[in-house]
Amino acid sequence: MKEIMLGNKAFARGLYEAGVEVVSSYPGTPSTEVTEEAAKFSEIYCEWAPNEKVAMETAFGASLAGKRSFCGMKHVGLNVAADPLFTISYTGVNAGMVICVADDPAMHSSQNEQDSRHYAIAAKVPMLEPSDSAESLEFAKLAYEMSEKYDTPVIMKMCTRIAHSQSLVNTGERIVPETKPYEKNIAKYVMMPGNAIRRHPVVEQRTKALTELAENTSLNRIEEGKGNSIGIITSSTCYQYTKEALGDKYPVLKLGMVNPLPVEKIKNFAKTVDKVVVIEELDPIIENHCRTIGIEVEGKELFSIMGEFSQSVVAKALGEPEKDTYAPLENLPVRPPVMCAGCPHRGLFYTLSKNKLNVLGDIGCYTLGAVAPLSAVDMTLCMGASISSLHGFNKALGNESENKTVCVIGDSTFMHSGMTSLANIAYNQSNSTVIILDNSITGMTGHQQNPTTGYNIKGDPAGKIDLEALCRSMGFNRVVVVDPYDLAETERVIKEELAADEASVIISRRPCALLKYVKHKPSLHVDTEKCKSCRACMKIGCPAISFKNGKAHVDNTLCVGCGVCRQLCKFDALLDKEAE
Amino acid sequence: MNNTTNIMIVGVGGQGSLLASKLLGHVVMTKGYDVKVSEVHGMSQRGGSVVTYVRFGDKVYSPVIDKGEADFIISFEVLEAARYIPYLKKDGRIIVNSQEIDPMPVITGAAEYPEGLLDKMKAPGIEVSALDALALANEAGSQKAANIALMGRFSKFFEDISEEEWLHSIEACVPPKFLELNKKAFYLGRNS
Repeated sequence: MKEIMLGNKAFARGLYEAGVEVVSSYPGTPSTEVTEEAAKFSEIYCEWAPNEKVAMETAFGASLAGKRSFCGMKHVGLNVAADPLFTISYTGVNAGMVICVADDPAMHSSQNEQDSRHYAIAAKVPMLEPSDSAESLEFAKLAYEMSEKYDTPVIMKMCTRIAHSQSLVNTGERIVPETKPYEKNIAKYVMMPGNAIRRHPVVEQRTKALTELAENTSLNRIEEGKGNSIGIITSSTCYQYTKEALGDKYPVLKLGMVNPLPVEKIKNFAKTVDKVVVIEELDPIIENHCRTIGIEVEGKELFSIMGEFSQSVVAKALGEPEKDTYAPLENLPVRPPVMCAGCPHRGLFYTLSKNKLNVLGDIGCYTLGAVAPLSAVDMTLCMGASISSLHGFNKALGNESENKTVCVIGDSTFMHSGMTSLANIAYNQSNSTVIILDNSITGMTGHQQNPTTGYNIKGDPAGKIDLEALCRSMGFNRVVVVDPYDLAETERVIKEELAADEASVIISRRPCALLKYVKHKPSLHVDTEKCKSCRACMKIGCPAISFKNGKAHVDNTLCVGCGVCRQLCKFDALLDKEAE
Repeated sequence: MNNTTNIMIVGVGGQGSLLASKLLGHVVMTKGYDVKVSEVHGMSQRGGSVVTYVRFGDKVYSPVIDKGEADFIISFEVLEAARYIPYLKKDGRIIVNSQEIDPMPVITGAAEYPEGLLDKMKAPGIEVSALDALALANEAGSQKAANIALMGRFSKFFEDISEEEWLHSIEACVPPKFLELNKKAFYLGRNS
């Protein structure tokens, strides 16, 4: 049946049709929907793991046990899971194991722009790269065959424009292969030096065999062109931009398998054209491979090493005429993302900002605490880094920083990699004040459950980790819970914990305002008689509050009645409901 | 470069552009076209400027629309329509909800919401159709249906697809609970 499907959903459909039985992932834009959609099939066991390393090891365990397995993550998630990846490459698999990594060129929702193809090369595992939803489905199935035939994990690399674009797919039936019997095999699976040293040559041999495959597979195909002055080598979304911009003007070598790369196929393709141009986003990986095998190509001389491309980028680089456009209107204010109206983080960040504290931040919606007018966050690096960096900051400066520096980390991020950082504070004893922003969900990636929420990926009741008990068991005597909608109490607690002469954990607890079960109050309303235009309510940067005709104005389509602004109004001008 | 039709749906994160693009994607797929829809998820959804691209025709390659390529820009907000006019084709049309939402630089006082944007958009000769989709949605029963009211207005300019085909796709894309509301909003937009 023909359907229009998001790339990630098509990938999930491929997992279903390939007979995958175990899925363990950690959410991360743009990879999240692969696992969310897989979880809609009752035949597949799916879970959110606390982090990507745990997810990959879980998927490995299922493969070892004999069932086809999957784990999905974003590009930076693969940094976390790199440890198991490099050694699963040595052990190989039992049943097929596929890893999704989704890159985010142009950083729509990421802290860096790393190119995951480096991991496939470094870990010596094959990598497939689909260019639309139909290929996402088809390649997922092929990846399992490849994994089992070549005894290797297979990485499938998505990117934002493939993961989050919908296009047409043909769906098929689910075929579950027989469970591969689990057999104890110490030489293959126990990676101590004496065994690993015997596995490394197996890996190198496998790469040779996979290179053979790359020469012959239909995943790497040549599309004829009208002229041969240029030949283009490309993959993924760049293939689509190339075809859009140039049609069949030049021949194209379209690579669906990007590691290992073919050698003879590229050499033979190069012989048929006057000049080879490589079109790839981010790093010059195909380009460098061509140079290594002795083929002169043009790549990054013509195309940026940063950001996303498009059909115009390709057209311009290859000398095609540019399109006629309307001139942009001048002086349009930008519209950056902001914390939502009613976001529980707002009251907390207002308090931190008001008290001019140093705030070491983490990864999540609350990174937006760095945006004006709150401008509260000083640093954001990677998952879990807030707590560990705070420890280092305080070890470096001692009394100078301990009473004016905090860190903030979300509930899901804390579970992901904050716990080990907190253990370092407990163990090596810095007088640090850690604030866990517990909004009872993984917010930024679109509301995924986590080990603190009490529900699993399917929304069924699950184990629930008690944050207070966890922190106390690590040795924290001072564990305090506050409601960030209550500004006075939040400020009192933060001041008290900063002044204390031992480490503390403050749990700022209030569910995300976008959660369906959260009941909102009616929109507030400004009494324009009482409003003295002091702009105190504007200091919290709420998107629902603006200034109209010299007075504060509340947008009733956005306001959820959280009441944080009202606590800042000295004139009692923010009222509960429309006053006549 | 071929017969592809390009439609951009722009607005502020949280205004419901994903449902609008889902509806549009569905209706053109049922007409037998090849179609691609490119969305934005994650960080930029949080009250930021959001863009969805819908492209359809005999064969669609790129999932994105570039400057000078859009046949239509459907905007949920006035400033966002103005922001994307370089993406419009020379004979393209803008359908815009007359709602104005202040972006954070305006809220903080670092910038002002520009005045007379509709006229500025019309100045170079662009066809601009403005409607108060929020009022129409309220009339239908909920302000959340503003996205469908806007699509109703768009449907008037788009004769390839019949009223019946639009309704069929609304039924396929909207939960039954909200079907009547959305149908009403669609008609109010279409007949506005």
